[in-house]
Amino acid sequence: MKETTDANEAALLQDARKRLETFAKERGNLIPILQMVQEKLAYLPSPALAMVAEYLGMTASDVYGVATFYNQFRFQPPGRNPIKVCLGTACYVKGGDIILENFERKLKIREGDTTPDREFSVERVACVGCCALAPVAVAGETLHGHMQPSKVEGLVLRIRMETQKKEKEADEKSNSD
Amino acid sequence: MAKFIVDNKTVEADESITLLRACLENDIYIPNLCWLKGMADAPVSCRLCFVEIEGEEQLTSSCKIKVRDDMVVKTDTPAVRRLQKTAFQLLMSAHEINCKVCPANKKCELQKIARFLKTGLKPKNMNSHLKEISADMPPNPSLDLHVNRCVLCGRCIYTCIQKQGQSQITFAKRGIDTIISFYGAPEVLSATCSECLACVSICPVSAITLT
Repeated sequence: MKETTDANEAALLQDARKRLETFAKERGNLIPILQMVQEKLAYLPSPALAMVAEYLGMTASDVYGVATFYNQFRFQPPGRNPIKVCLGTACYVKGGDIILENFERKLKIREGDTTPDREFSVERVACVGCCALAPVAVAGETLHGHMQPSKVEGLVLRIRMETQKKEKEADEKSNSD
Repeated sequence: MAKFIVDNKTVEADESITLLRACLENDIYIPNLCWLKGMADAPVSCRLCFVEIEGEEQLTSSCKIKVRDDMVVKTDTPAVRRLQKTAFQLLMSAHEINCKVCPANKKCELQKIARFLKTGLKPKNMNSHLKEISADMPPNPSLDLHVNRCVLCGRCIYTCIQKQGQSQITFAKRGIDTIISFYGAPEVLSATCSECLACVSICPVSAITLT
């Protein structure tokens, strides 16, 4: 599984390298370039930063400094099941920070990070637009309202079981083919 | 040449230089961390070099203004000291105070400033805010970074650009999480950094040390 992701990533990086040529080699293009690379790879791994630095004739350090300034750039791959915990005003008042902490503890990662198996990532967002359901968490595309600390474990477990089931089905299908 | 008065003392200095430099060169000490001789423009990041200028409503950072004729400057009024102490305490609240094991001990700029301002190193009524280094930061093979000693003055970055043309060291992240960091392939870093070491010698608080 890991090998296929790595190979896939290398191919995407090659792709991004080709797209680089469409940008003029100016420092002012750094942010559009980083946006393009992140669009391709979904995050900015260090080989990508090195590639951009080389293209623009900057040091990798310089590129890293600019990229880390902006919230929109991420340096960890997003999980297959991104979990967003709302910390907008209503959710915050209703204890959204406790929900976030529960996810962090359950998945053993910090906010903004991804689990080593790339299954989950946790991030905080400011309002998803349904404050009446506060506190809210969004797992993938599914919204979970009225979150409680006790619901966190069940939610993670359910997603893990669904993934296992899907994998099993895919296995059976490829075996029967 | 401009002729002006600092703390009741007449000082003469070239009009092209900053007030901070003029004072320092005339043995009038003003606390400062980020300014370096030769800088075209001071970063004004340490917020320590405040002075009071007669006729001006607010206190100003002396590294940012040029000297001019007949200005009357005071460097030790209660208002100046109050601002400097606050700025210093804020700096120290993000500083790991463990002088005994620190290589900068006794030649540390922070100890010097604390003595000058007659204030302790540990800020009162302020929580300590220390940082963590994230795991995705590849280490520099020849240099160690101590982000919790760093006062974010930016001297190392300036010096690196002066010596190498481009900076191998940078401010990363933002706001209260800002840290200095090396980032890049270990081969590149060891090629540029192992011999130069300019940042090690310029750091006022030993935040960059040899491995």
